[in-house]
Amino acid sequence: MIGSPDVVAFTKEDDFGDSFSDPFSLPEEFSVPLFAHAANANPWTKTSYAKFSKDFILISEFSEQVGPQPLLTIPNDPKVCGTFDLNYFSLRIMSVDYQASFVGHPPGSNYPRLNFVEDSKVVLGDSKEGAFAYVHHLTLYDLEARGFVRPFCMAYISADERKIMHQFQELSSEFSKASEFLKSGNRKAFANELEKKLKDLEYTRSVLHKEAELQKMNNGCYSTQAIEKANELANMEKSIYEHKDLLRQITSYPSRKKKDVHFVQRETEKLADTSVLDDTPNSNPSEIADKTVETENDIRKSSYTPQLIKGKSAKCFDKRLKTMEELCDASFFHQTLEQLNIIEKSFRGDLCFIYTSQIDRALVGKQKVTSFLFEAEREWENEVPLKNFSISSNNPTVPILNLTGEPLSLESYTSCIDIDHMKPGVESIEGPPESSLSDITQETSEAADTETKGSFSSDKSIEAFGGVSPSSLQANYFDGLERKSKVSIASPSESASSSVAVPQRMTDGNLVLMDAACCIGQEGFVFEEPLPELAQECCGDTVVNREPLSLLQGDPALQMDYILEESALAESPNMGLTFSELNTGVLSEEVAKINIEDVSDSTSFMSASTSSDRAVSPFTYGSALTLKQKKKAGHNALRFIRQYPFAQQAIFCLLSGRTLVILGVDEGTVRKLVNALLFFVPNLGKYGETVQPWLSSPFQLIDLQRWKLIGLQRAASPAGSSILHSLNRYSRYISILDCDSKTLRCPPYKGTLISRLADHRTQIKRGSTYFLHVQGMLTQLTARAFLYTFCHHIHLPMDINDQGSVTSRRTNFLLQLGYTVEESKIVQYLSELIKQHYMQGSSKGGNQSFCFNYTTSYLYKI
Amino acid sequence: MLRWILGGREAQGTVESAALFIGEEQPKNCFTEMQVLKGHFDIVRFLVQIDDLRFASAGDDGLVLIWNVETGECLFVLRGHTQQITAMTSYTFIRGGTAHTALITASSDRTLSLWDPDSGNRVQNISDLQSSVKCLLVLAHLDVWLSGGNELCVWNRDLELRCKMVHHSDAGISAMVELPKNFIAAAMDKEIVIFKLNLSGSDIAVMAMRHLADHQDTIRSLIHINDRLFASGSHIGELIIWDSVDWTIQAYEHILWEEPARDSQSEFKLNHQKQIERSIQHMSSDGEYIVAAVGSGLYVYNVLMKSVVAYRRTAHDSNILHTMLQRDSLMSCSEDGSVRMWELQDLPLPAEPASSGFFGMFGTFGRSSKQTGPPAKKIPEVPGLRSLELIGDLIGHSGAVQMFLSFKEKGLVTCSTDQLLIVWKDGELQSQLRSLAVFQKLEENQGL
Repeated sequence: MIGSPDVVAFTKEDDFGDSFSDPFSLPEEFSVPLFAHAANANPWTKTSYAKFSKDFILISEFSEQVGPQPLLTIPNDPKVCGTFDLNYFSLRIMSVDYQASFVGHPPGSNYPRLNFVEDSKVVLGDSKEGAFAYVHHLTLYDLEARGFVRPFCMAYISADERKIMHQFQELSSEFSKASEFLKSGNRKAFANELEKKLKDLEYTRSVLHKEAELQKMNNGCYSTQAIEKANELANMEKSIYEHKDLLRQITSYPSRKKKDVHFVQRETEKLADTSVLDDTPNSNPSEIADKTVETENDIRKSSYTPQLIKGKSAKCFDKRLKTMEELCDASFFHQTLEQLNIIEKSFRGDLCFIYTSQIDRALVGKQKVTSFLFEAEREWENEVPLKNFSISSNNPTVPILNLTGEPLSLESYTSCIDIDHMKPGVESIEGPPESSLSDITQETSEAADTETKGSFSSDKSIEAFGGVSPSSLQANYFDGLERKSKVSIASPSESASSSVAVPQRMTDGNLVLMDAACCIGQEGFVFEEPLPELAQECCGDTVVNREPLSLLQGDPALQMDYILEESALAESPNMGLTFSELNTGVLSEEVAKINIEDVSDSTSFMSASTSSDRAVSPFTYGSALTLKQKKKAGHNALRFIRQYPFAQQAIFCLLSGRTLVILGVDEGTVRKLVNALLFFVPNLGKYGETVQPWLSSPFQLIDLQRWKLIGLQRAASPAGSSILHSLNRYSRYISILDCDSKTLRCPPYKGTLISRLADHRTQIKRGSTYFLHVQGMLTQLTARAFLYTFCHHIHLPMDINDQGSVTSRRTNFLLQLGYTVEESKIVQYLSELIKQHYMQGSSKGGNQSFCFNYTTSYLYKI
Repeated sequence: MLRWILGGREAQGTVESAALFIGEEQPKNCFTEMQVLKGHFDIVRFLVQIDDLRFASAGDDGLVLIWNVETGECLFVLRGHTQQITAMTSYTFIRGGTAHTALITASSDRTLSLWDPDSGNRVQNISDLQSSVKCLLVLAHLDVWLSGGNELCVWNRDLELRCKMVHHSDAGISAMVELPKNFIAAAMDKEIVIFKLNLSGSDIAVMAMRHLADHQDTIRSLIHINDRLFASGSHIGELIIWDSVDWTIQAYEHILWEEPARDSQSEFKLNHQKQIERSIQHMSSDGEYIVAAVGSGLYVYNVLMKSVVAYRRTAHDSNILHTMLQRDSLMSCSEDGSVRMWELQDLPLPAEPASSGFFGMFGTFGRSSKQTGPPAKKIPEVPGLRSLELIGDLIGHSGAVQMFLSFKEKGLVTCSTDQLLIVWKDGELQSQLRSLAVFQKLEENQGL
């Protein structure tokens, strides 16, 4: 018998199913998957027995000399991994390299051929270690390595399997960026290396040539020595030819990416970047000259002196292999590390938490019309690209096409002229729009090889579950596992043959079988994953999340850091919870406060926030105002509303756009009050442009237009009297909060809206909680202002004679929203701001007009 | 009680500045939005309307700026004069079937310039003047314009000199008004000189017809009232209404704002100040009423009834520089940095008709306490007397407000010594206009 839920499921596809939709339900893309273990009361308790305290990134290499070995972890702190066996895990992750990496002599070709292999991305689990990992394999080129390639892999290791699975796409795109940096740097370094090698070879050839001539002169043409020399010379010629070919191949790389606009841009920026970077430390000009005219003579100009090399290369185990840093151009390597750090930071914390912040961002992204009013400016939207290319941003960008003609960055991209004829057959296959993170491997020419190598990157059966939603994934999941388990068993054994055996592997042979189940090829998640919106949004790099798990045990310092750096939307309930409730129990407010202030300066990774005066100054003028600072302000605000009975009136002034002047003798007190009222200022601006925390000169009319909150010095000097004069003159436009006599002169406000916003008997104890409370209420207010702004019938007359009724409709509308006359002023002011923002965009350029009311002010005393 | 009417008002006068403080509640003041326009580097003295949207401002920095009143955008900066601008006027003419507006400016550097406000170009420039021009007058029906200074010149629209007349007086022409039949009245120190423009074919000749020397002191303002009348005001408070055709005096008022003399010493001390105070700095008219800025006071005169309508001895804290009259309301701006809006209201005097002895008592009281000067009289026609009530003030400038220019519902522009211009607007109207713009954009963008 078919149960009713099943019926609904079946009819879902039809029109019948579509006709009903719950108006209050969230859109699909904003729903958070429910926590799986419903029975478990505390979602933060450890459910796995991971041997590490928080997520980290591991970079490993499959060394041709010693086998899989861990290279570094991010964060680079031994505490992070705890007792976790990095060696063992390196083996595990390197054993699932399904990259179609093949370098050598392909059949039908006499010369070594470089393959520009796409990275492979898999998920791997190890229940014994309690670790799950997103594994990103890539190969770097090394002239001295076997087949010129060095397999590397970056892994994001977490105890939470669901996190890896659900965030796969985000991880994949972020790691692809890192990988792209690394590989670009490597190509550059590789080309550089080839250049040097070529010079060596050519020099050696010339020496040999001379020797051969000498031999011929002395011993005749057919002496054994002469023949030997001739052979040697021929070998050298071949070697030169091969190296030239390699160089040509590596330098032709950028053209492959031409279709991808985004990438091209990055590439050009990087080029500009690096070429500039190179200018300073190296003797670049000479090298460039050396590039352009490659003749023997020019070698003398070069800083590099060629060496005589032996015909036979050294034995494999004799030489020292280059480190990863040496394999990659320095600036790119640092970019890579930076990107990895960003990844580590942005994926910190519980899955649920990441989800919530992603949804937050997605939602805020949709509210561009109003989000400028009270939302914190999202640095990650603008600043990340800036951060990555901070050096290049002020250099002229070089169009990629120039690469064909001019030697821009000497090493790699000189002989790009032969872009087209270089392209092997593979490129044509890649024709369909290729995004930088796509994982199309070269299936065609090497198809046979990949199969034999045990890679299943082109496994069609796995690709089949690309379009499947996470919910239905489970079924297919196990289905696919069996297939893969075979492969993954095969690959470690294969790798073991060429490497030093790792003892553990023997003991848990059966475990491999089991865990391999968790290996999932990247193709399984190709881009039909039904979270497209979030996938786009989640690229926020500077978002800092820390696993709430570690919060409980971690030191309070880090907790605060985590909480404050976090840039998610304020009203997210999760955040409020982790933030306040977790801490209040443990720490008294004062202690917590000290922690905030001390810690934020020491552990903050944002330089802007560290520059602030820790005691009282909320922000320094000119630096971006972070959410962190705003939350700090919450504490001051809470104190303010408890201390001053007229706090509501002061807040009313700010919300209704009347400039509030805080007058006082003591700079610290004034700054503190400015700080306390900071987040009530609508349209605060990214740098807090609408606030002037401390002013010691008389203000002008134009200042009232600019600043909505002013801290003003009261001084006995002549300047002080002129300040008082200006205060008196413009008294109708401003409200004055006198710190010294504790009075407020402002229009009256008697309403319920702000009394809820600033209740001096509030039960809220922590400043940050209060900040969130305020944010919530302000968001509601913003929503209503939005409604008020964009309702046709309250602004547009029905016909020509309708002007009067429009006004009455408007008044009624505000009344229906439950606003008094005074509160209507707030909505009207916000509405004006929205209109201006909508018409002019975010640019605050132009000449803003300044609105005011003629209302009587009263003096409020404490 | 009758004492109260005048004496009370007089008494009020002494404390008037306190009573004038209107406070922050100004329900009749619709200017609830302001926009500060920056661009000048010295005192801004002149504002001239170009069309419904644009106006020009000029001042002591020699710059002429053209602004859009709606957006507050500076459209052009006209550079060319090296010294302060002394006069500016706009000049509309028909060329090729369409109306063009040109801008004429005169400067202390003894140049005259003709500007095209659509392109910001200086079309013409005359630099070989012998003296600087103090006033400009456009005669639209003759398609010529006049410049007055130590010499009177007649120019055509292309800035070609058509006629010139040099005076021997030191003072030069400070103001000019157009009279019917191609006559011009020009104020020169204490005299009003009537000139006639003789048009014979294309030639224009200027001829002085008559010298009217009825003012006792320098003439400060000269205005056109209507086709039959014009008015002049002097430094010592003489207001004369002239007939435009036969140049006879229609009315003579000597306005005296003086304190009831109680303390002779202080009177002596105040003497000098008084002289300045009653100078008629500015007058404006709507054809029926004249409003004269007398020192820091305002004086409204009905030219048809030949009677005082209303007055305020101290309407501002300092000298009034500019006035404007619109139906029952008037505006004034002053050196004290404020613009004030006034309304003519009927005096709430229910007992007024009954007081028969009022005139006599007024006469005795008034004369004894007020009028010490000889023939000049300022006896208000009491039945018509109305009060001038302050309905709002605009505070924004930190220096003297030199002038203002009204764009009706689009707003009011003020210029000041503090180098700023402020556009004052009706906030509610502007908000509505912005809403309309928003909905228009919404429609264009097909939603948000």
